[in-house]
Amino acid sequence: MNLNTRYLGLELKNPLVPAASPLSTNIDGLCRLEDAGAAAVTLFSVFEEQIEHEIEQMAHYLDYGSDSYGEATSYFPEPTDYHRGPEDYLELIRIAKQRLSIPVIASLNGSSKGGWAKYAKEIAAAGADALELNVNWIETDPTSTGAEVEARYTDVVQLVANAVAIPVTVKVGPYFSALANLARRFSQVGAKGLVLFNRFYQPDFDLESRTVSPNLTLSNPAEMRLPLHWIAILYGRVDLNLALSTGVHSAADVIKAMMAGARVATCASALLANGPGHLLTMLREIEAWMVVHEYESIQQMQGSMSYQKVPNPSAYERANYMKELQSFRPDPVLLR
Amino acid sequence: MSRWITIDGNEAAARVAYKVSEVIAIYPITPSSNMGESCDEWSAKKMQNLWGQVPTVQEMQSEGGAAGAVHGALQAGSLCTTFTASQGLLLMIPNMFKIAGELTPTVFHISARTVATHALSIFGDHSDVMATRTTGWGMVFGGSPQEVQDMALIAHAATLKARIPFLNCFDGFRTSHEVQKIEAIEDDQIRAMIDEDLVRAHRERALSPDHPVLRGSAQNPDVFFQARETVNPYYDRAADLVQETMDRFAEVVGRRYGLFDYVGDPKAERVVVLMGSGAEAAEEAVEALVAKGEKVGLVKVRLYRPFDVARFVASLPDTVKAIAVLDRTKEPGAIGEPLYQDVVTALSERPHPLRPLVIGGRYGLSSKEFTPAMVKAVLDELTRTEPKNHFTVGIVDDVGHTSLGYDPEFQTEDPQGFSGVFWGLGADGTVGANKNSIKIIGEGTDFYAQGYFVYDSKKSGSVTVSHLRFGPNPIRSTYLVQKASFVAVHQFGLMFRYPVLDQAAPGGTVLINSPYGPNVVWNHLPRHVQEAIVERDLKLYVIDGYAVAQATGMGVRINTIMQTAYFALSGILPKEEAIDKIRTAIEKTYGRRGPKVVAQNFAAVDQALAHLFEVHVPGVVNSHVGLRDPVPGTAPAFVKDVIGEMIAGRGDLLPVSALPVDGTFPTATTQYEKRGISLEIPVWEPDICSQCGKCILACPHGVIRAKIVPKEAVANAPEGFKMAPAKFRGAEDAMYVLKISVEDCTGCALCTDVCPEFDKSETSRRAANMVPFHELPDIERERWEYFLTLPDEPSLPEPPIYDNAKALQLLRPLFEFSGACAGCGETPYLKILSQLYGDHLMVANATGCSSIYGGNLPTTPWAQDSEGRGPAWSNSLFEDNAEFGLGMRLALDAQRSQALRLLEKSSGVVGSDVAEPLLAPEKDDPIARKERRTKVEELKKRLAGRQEPDLVALAQVADALVDKSVWIIGGDGWAYDIGYGGLDHVLASGRRVRCLVLDTEVYSNTGGQMSKATPRGAVAKFAAGGKPGPKKDLGRMAMTYGNVYVAEIAMGADDNQTIKAIREAEAHDGPSLIIAYSHCIAHAIDMRQGFLQQKRAVETGYWPLYRYNPARAVKGRNPMQLDSKAPSAPLTEYIEREGRYQMLRQTDPESAARLTVEAQQDVDRKWAAYAKLAAKEV
Repeated sequence: MNLNTRYLGLELKNPLVPAASPLSTNIDGLCRLEDAGAAAVTLFSVFEEQIEHEIEQMAHYLDYGSDSYGEATSYFPEPTDYHRGPEDYLELIRIAKQRLSIPVIASLNGSSKGGWAKYAKEIAAAGADALELNVNWIETDPTSTGAEVEARYTDVVQLVANAVAIPVTVKVGPYFSALANLARRFSQVGAKGLVLFNRFYQPDFDLESRTVSPNLTLSNPAEMRLPLHWIAILYGRVDLNLALSTGVHSAADVIKAMMAGARVATCASALLANGPGHLLTMLREIEAWMVVHEYESIQQMQGSMSYQKVPNPSAYERANYMKELQSFRPDPVLLR
Repeated sequence: MSRWITIDGNEAAARVAYKVSEVIAIYPITPSSNMGESCDEWSAKKMQNLWGQVPTVQEMQSEGGAAGAVHGALQAGSLCTTFTASQGLLLMIPNMFKIAGELTPTVFHISARTVATHALSIFGDHSDVMATRTTGWGMVFGGSPQEVQDMALIAHAATLKARIPFLNCFDGFRTSHEVQKIEAIEDDQIRAMIDEDLVRAHRERALSPDHPVLRGSAQNPDVFFQARETVNPYYDRAADLVQETMDRFAEVVGRRYGLFDYVGDPKAERVVVLMGSGAEAAEEAVEALVAKGEKVGLVKVRLYRPFDVARFVASLPDTVKAIAVLDRTKEPGAIGEPLYQDVVTALSERPHPLRPLVIGGRYGLSSKEFTPAMVKAVLDELTRTEPKNHFTVGIVDDVGHTSLGYDPEFQTEDPQGFSGVFWGLGADGTVGANKNSIKIIGEGTDFYAQGYFVYDSKKSGSVTVSHLRFGPNPIRSTYLVQKASFVAVHQFGLMFRYPVLDQAAPGGTVLINSPYGPNVVWNHLPRHVQEAIVERDLKLYVIDGYAVAQATGMGVRINTIMQTAYFALSGILPKEEAIDKIRTAIEKTYGRRGPKVVAQNFAAVDQALAHLFEVHVPGVVNSHVGLRDPVPGTAPAFVKDVIGEMIAGRGDLLPVSALPVDGTFPTATTQYEKRGISLEIPVWEPDICSQCGKCILACPHGVIRAKIVPKEAVANAPEGFKMAPAKFRGAEDAMYVLKISVEDCTGCALCTDVCPEFDKSETSRRAANMVPFHELPDIERERWEYFLTLPDEPSLPEPPIYDNAKALQLLRPLFEFSGACAGCGETPYLKILSQLYGDHLMVANATGCSSIYGGNLPTTPWAQDSEGRGPAWSNSLFEDNAEFGLGMRLALDAQRSQALRLLEKSSGVVGSDVAEPLLAPEKDDPIARKERRTKVEELKKRLAGRQEPDLVALAQVADALVDKSVWIIGGDGWAYDIGYGGLDHVLASGRRVRCLVLDTEVYSNTGGQMSKATPRGAVAKFAAGGKPGPKKDLGRMAMTYGNVYVAEIAMGADDNQTIKAIREAEAHDGPSLIIAYSHCIAHAIDMRQGFLQQKRAVETGYWPLYRYNPARAVKGRNPMQLDSKAPSAPLTEYIEREGRYQMLRQTDPESAARLTVEAQQDVDRKWAAYAKLAAKEV
């Protein structure tokens, strides 16, 4: 039984790559993931914006109220050993590289052009095997066009891909009018992979305080359909290694991802709900399924149900959409 | 080669002390706190002492504790030190006797500060060190940061030789906080001064079970006296040993000192003698006078104890005919002040050949300015045939007529030097920028540099004045700049409040941060500024600092911008070189705070240069606007004549007769000090408002008030005066008016944050919204005045019960417009107290923030009602506040029982219509109290003129028949640490005292040092690595008595619980303790969300709300009631929003993670324990 897969030029022992989650924020969590069978790990995303914000905030608080009153010319000890910027993150990469035998994929979420390139270089220098660019802009300016927004994405990818020698993969959301074309352009400017998709965390309203409040929920298996669909469409048609993210909860989900054309399936919610040991469970179930269905390798099934390979590609197009709608029947219980 | 550093006096002392100490016990007190803080930071950085060890720095619960710990560590053979001042030093006295009595070498570094008498003062004089004269400690004095550093080393070396402990004394603030360029002492020099054999000898004398001894016995009349005399040889040789040490210091370091250093004409006939920073100003004066041919001189006393008579007399010129001894302290009732007495005695014991006349006088108490002009006045006095003895200088004493006049025009500042005065606000970074400038010039050029900073007595909107001097010659000017070649006004509005150009020298430069450009600014300047510019031919420049700050992302920090403009204009350095140095300094200062902060500052430098303009001075004075009156013309005479002068910055000119003899001041005075400090003011929207009163309750500064008035009362309201039909039961016909005193608002915006009402169509709008001050019409002030004329009594069918926020808003606060930090978390609780009990409230206030915003002159927020009643307030000390309050209670109770006894006895005489109701139990109710007061007045009327002893006595105590409420108020530093012993005792007393702990979880007033209230994981001074242990559960400790009412409150989480707890505490027939969560700027939070943070503290279980009411137990119920729900969120929800915790995440993420887990366990444990207590069946 061969579960090997190749992703971003990395030879992986299986297609399970835990995505960024609280488990990937420290070395203990990363070790637990490796022990449970992860083929590689994606570290949590380092947010340039957050780093800058924290630095600014700390500067503000250190100054606030200082040199205003004779008895208290300051309110805090001046920190000497500042873990400012991405140092902790880089340290985690270094430790992970020492302690783990599986590849380590770093993740970066930038806000400024300079920040993307600078942090990417530092991450590469710290020893990451690959870099995932977590690009997630919500364009709210009505005067910005789709083309402008897409250009901003490709600019960043190009900037980073040119700045570092390690493979770069891009994680984006699904809301583009021409995703397939954008994916192709990512590949043209140097990306080696595409992660589908970034979850767009829609904030909620708090009716009591009448404020907009962040609301993070774990994914559910139904959310896997969207990336599955797109991987099937893109497989073989863009020169990118595809990774399926969001909604992977079971061995069946992983197998579906592979058949659509993904090189790896990433999961977080399932591991948070069931613990890292769930990876091992999924791996055993994948193997069992492959035995029953007489598959020899993962690579054998990769892309087997993609747009290019299914007998009726229109299932992935509008006709499929119509069919889905027509087949929908409301739950009678809900109607009551 | 010498290494030059620019540091202040505190750091100069601390850096030597740290190097030669192994154990450092500390406790914060102004102005010495910084020494302990520096040591703690160095220790956290693992900086080593001379022996390669990181000294142990231990914060104690009081100075008494610090001295005790030092004593113990010395007995165990370590080298130890501590730092303190004022009351702190007094608390060390018992141990000082012991340490000296046991001939133990150590040095305490003292930034000498006024001891509180008729008032507390944080400023400098020698009253504290003089109070220790009998302890047997040696005392050295330094007059500048350079000398402080040098004397520190000399003292540490000499104490080992002499076996006599030493105080290294220097003047609080003037020297402790003066930044100077000094020659650093290096480690090898320190090593060369410290004799290792003596260190070994000290260790060998230590207690050890390996060679056991007993030290500290109790002795009897047979031997104590003789034993006490055994030390004499040590004292006899100590002065020689100090001189020997000074000589060694000269060999090693190159600077030479004597026990008494003489400067001046060798043939001087008139000599002044003094010590400390005043000697520097005196040297300037003497040099100037000698240059004019006057035969004058100065003796600087370096070693005051042991006093070396021979060397002192020898230091005087043979020609001296008259000597003036200047003391920076006062000993009422003594023949003269201490140094004077010593000099007289010395000359009596060892007569000088010419038998000079000696006079003594006082100067510089509480950092009063001491200038060369005053020294000249003293020397001039010595020319008279009968000079005034026991004089004062620097004030006008029109009562005792002790003061000498002086000519302020006698000035001796170095003509080759640059001097600048910078007017700014605390919030704009002026002081920080100037400290930076001193470093740039001090460490980057051959110039000497000096900086001194004058701060406000207010914590919000505080004004700072920086005094800087630079020049090619050493700077001895230990007084404020008198003639400034450069004056910068960093806030346009300050020109209308203060005579900002008083110090501007003719031909000098003025820089104004102005919203008006160079072509129009002239017409916006007040007349006194225009006049000064024209008359003194000043060059005028403007820069719109705030516009540049906005454009470069600096927000409101104009520090770098103004600093750049200063360097561009002052000409101290070539412009290009100056800019380069500013950039280097920016990288050094802000580098650790990230590239963005550095980049913003760089941009600010560039833009500052581009926006700096010279103003063509028209030469015509055309302004009709003068300095604003400090208080309104309608204010009472004392407020106008005395308090107003202090507000205007002219307090120095007030004569002795203007001031009360015993420190008694009127209350209700903040109302006259309209500061107008806020850039943003809340505006009320009556249509959205539900009249819940939360904004009024929350306002820390008491500037929002509401009344319910009959419609007819507001029939003639000024146009635009906002009101709404009252939403109170039974008051449908009345009007609800809410008013904001815009000139007293600090712009903290807490009111808008707590407002629960939203505009239905635009949720970002609430019933209170912040708008720019300048957008408000001027008439707002008049509207406030009109509001005050409306009746306070709410127009309701029945008087409300003030047990909830909605009702409480209608009670007039008797705590208003305090100068506390904008958004203070403490003051809202005090305001509630003042609303509920203000008319019969006595406050015992521990030293700390609340005593400063409550009682720091010029004004006090404690106010009076329309009948002239209000809280009576006093501050005794930091450590004794509970006892102080208990004393008040005991006195009131004694008076009351006496009054009741006499009334009962005399009821037939005074009439039963008065006696009976007054003998009946008193109800805690405003209306009943009013009726009772009427009866007391009637009683007093009937007693008037009666001669019977019982009736005379009854008349004296009749007022006690109306009960008074005594509240003991203080912060956690008092309650958890220094005052805990007393608090515990008072709680155990069973008396009706109410203790309110305003728990900010640090020593806020002295700058955020850790207390036992500091929570685990929070960063504070003395806990740079995050507090490793949990917060003390003061409430639970008090509960163990069983008869103490205890409550934990957080009004941001539940205002009604707060009010309920305060009312129950007041009603409790026994002691009560309330611990009030008080958010603080020392939490590094967004102060606008202070109350929201309180809510989070409660929701996460960090701060459970509870009331432990023994009265319930009496009725067979569980006294413990938990008022908050079980934690609904992890602790991280709360601590993630506080910089005090986040800082550790950035400096030590591993510890932060561990401490966060442990802190969560603390919360879980505490909640479980409390839940169990509350669930218990009784």
